[in-house]
Amino acid sequence: MTLSTRDPILAMQGVTQSYGLQRTSLFAPPSSFKVLDSIDFDVCAGEAVGLVGESGAGKTTLTRILIGMERPQQGRLIFEGNDVWSATPAERERFRRSVQMVLQNPRSSLDPRMRIGTALLEPMRSLRIEGDHIKRLHEVLEQVGLDKSALERFPHEFSGGQLQRIAIARALMPNPRVLVADEPVSALDVSIQAQVLNLLRDLVRDLNLGLVFIAHDLSVVAYTTSRVSVIAAGRIVEVGQPVELFTRPTAAATRNLVDAVLTVEAGLEGKAL
Amino acid sequence: MTLAPAIEVHDLVVGYDALNAVRGVSFTLPRGGRMGLVGESGSGKSMTALALMGLSPTGWHAAGQVLHDGVDLITETDTSFSKRRGRTISMVFQDPMSSLNPVRRVGDQIADVIHRHSKVSRREAMKQALDLMVQMNMPRPEQLARSYPHQISGGQKQRIMIAMALACYPQLIIADEPTTALDVTVQKQVLRLLNAAARDRNTALLMITHDLPVIAAMCDTVAVMYAGRIVEHGPVQEVFRSPRHHYTRGLLDSQPTMDNIALDGSSRLGSIPGMVPPLHNLPTGCAFHPRCAAASEKCRAEMPELGANGAACWHPVKEKAE
Ligand SMILES: Nc1ncnc2c1ncn2[C@@H]1O[C@H](COP(=O)(O)OP(=O)(O)OP(=O)(O)O)[C@@H](O)[C@H]1O
Ligand SMILES: Nc1ncnc2c1ncn2[C@@H]1O[C@H](COP(=O)(O)OP(=O)(O)O)[C@@H](O)[C@H]1O
Ligand code: SF4
Ligand SMILES: [Mg+2]
Ligand SMILES: [Mg+2]
Repeated sequence: MTLSTRDPILAMQGVTQSYGLQRTSLFAPPSSFKVLDSIDFDVCAGEAVGLVGESGAGKTTLTRILIGMERPQQGRLIFEGNDVWSATPAERERFRRSVQMVLQNPRSSLDPRMRIGTALLEPMRSLRIEGDHIKRLHEVLEQVGLDKSALERFPHEFSGGQLQRIAIARALMPNPRVLVADEPVSALDVSIQAQVLNLLRDLVRDLNLGLVFIAHDLSVVAYTTSRVSVIAAGRIVEVGQPVELFTRPTAAATRNLVDAVLTVEAGLEGKAL
Repeated sequence: MTLAPAIEVHDLVVGYDALNAVRGVSFTLPRGGRMGLVGESGSGKSMTALALMGLSPTGWHAAGQVLHDGVDLITETDTSFSKRRGRTISMVFQDPMSSLNPVRRVGDQIADVIHRHSKVSRREAMKQALDLMVQMNMPRPEQLARSYPHQISGGQKQRIMIAMALACYPQLIIADEPTTALDVTVQKQVLRLLNAAARDRNTALLMITHDLPVIAAMCDTVAVMYAGRIVEHGPVQEVFRSPRHHYTRGLLDSQPTMDNIALDGSSRLGSIPGMVPPLHNLPTGCAFHPRCAAASEKCRAEMPELGANGAACWHPVKEKAE
């Protein structure tokens, strides 16, 4: 057996996914297009990996397969060395607890009528996790830097940044090994965005968490992750260290993304547009 | 003879009941000038913009002076304001879907604006609308003109909105987060078009956004808004290169950039603790004091006014050593 330096917790291997297209006429053969095309993608413990690409490139579709929401038509999803879709029920159960998701808009992902405490306990019930949930609740609040008083309150009493912390707390409740975050800071102000990014980085380090992170702001991805994949029209076209990749892009799709970036500095130099 | 400014705002106050979302805002935007209004969400940017357009929500009051086109817009009647909107002053909103008519073809909607405000025939209005779509770099303009809003992409809808805003050569366009909902690659294209079109027509632009790079790309001056007040105002170059207000400093420090990220992951982004205060619970003195590391007793007790350095702050950030 060869020793590999990388030992991913969660990996996609050769995943291809197609969706049917609307027929143009009754007699035209049904056609389909590949949303994902032979994708290899993985994440290790304590590692933050980024995924960037223009709108419609397939990022969200990739995350749906990564968290087991959609079954790949071709290729495999591997968690801790086992194929998730041919795993035993016990292994599936462990996968479902271990891979959690954080979404873009915390306001729409939390039930407005549910107290925060109840919302945080919800995944414990739906995943049928046993043990001292209240103790876990306090641990997680501490990890994300929220006060106990938050538990009694309702979502409308919080700012966007605080709600995103709460959404991250909920994802952490089942003690996952991997967090998948699809545009988790896109709805936040820069000032608040920075709080959430720092939190995510601390969690990766302190909890040895694997993080899959999607954002359209390349600097945000570079700050948060140590490896990034660029996806274009369903294919991974380039992988690398983010700062290096974004300063010296080689693939055309990466260059397009880099060219579209506006920075304060370029603006002040009159070179932004 | 010099033309009067595109807009002159004195001590604008906007709110409902005893609560004010805008608390004494003043600025002047010359003809063809570019001003950015920046701040976290909830700081009062949109309420400022809506008041300037005579579109404050029902039940809200607006006071102060807003001089534009020889009149005080605060005292303008609803009927004369609706004749003015789209003609001397127009607005581009963040969400184009909410301001486009879903059941009318987009080409007709542009032509409607032209037809309403200038005395040209329907046919001539349609021709001008198509010209505008060409200027907006729309692919297949004739075909797109016949589309309904739901049949075109977000970036295309926003370009239609900009075309409508430009149609009658207004003196001023107010753009409230015009590219926030767009993909980055589309954002740059839309900004370029807005930039060129406003320049060619000498139209003044008030760009409202929480996105600092957008301001740096588009504007000459910037006003930073916090809790309903302008806390710093000056040329973009000065304010962004050496901010004097701690809030501006905090916003700039929160912005990750490729060159302040260490490859080994050791860099740490600055962030502003806490959040924008709600209207019913504004802090005393400098409203930013609960989030400011430099706050003193004086900051908690007395509200600072904008000073000669362009910042409303009792203990301004030291100027950066060159
Ligand atoms: N259920 C579906 N049926 C048909 N097509 C779909 C379906 N889901 C996604 N697609 C298409 O697959 C492509 C990829 O979509 P996806 O949501 O993964 O993009 P994305 O990279 O996340 O984009 P964005 O940055 O806008 O969120 C798009 O062309 C989309 O229209
Ligand atoms: N319809 C409304 N009713 C009550 N308060 C509102 C309404 N719209 C905005 N506000 C309040 O007014 C303040 C300024 O809001 P706004 O101008 O929308 O901020 P911005 O555009 O800077 O994000 C905020 O405190 C906000 O909560
Ligand atoms: S006035 Fe005081 S609290 Fe306000 S920004 Fe200046 S130092 Fe900070
Ligand atoms: Mg997506
Ligand atoms: Mg707003």
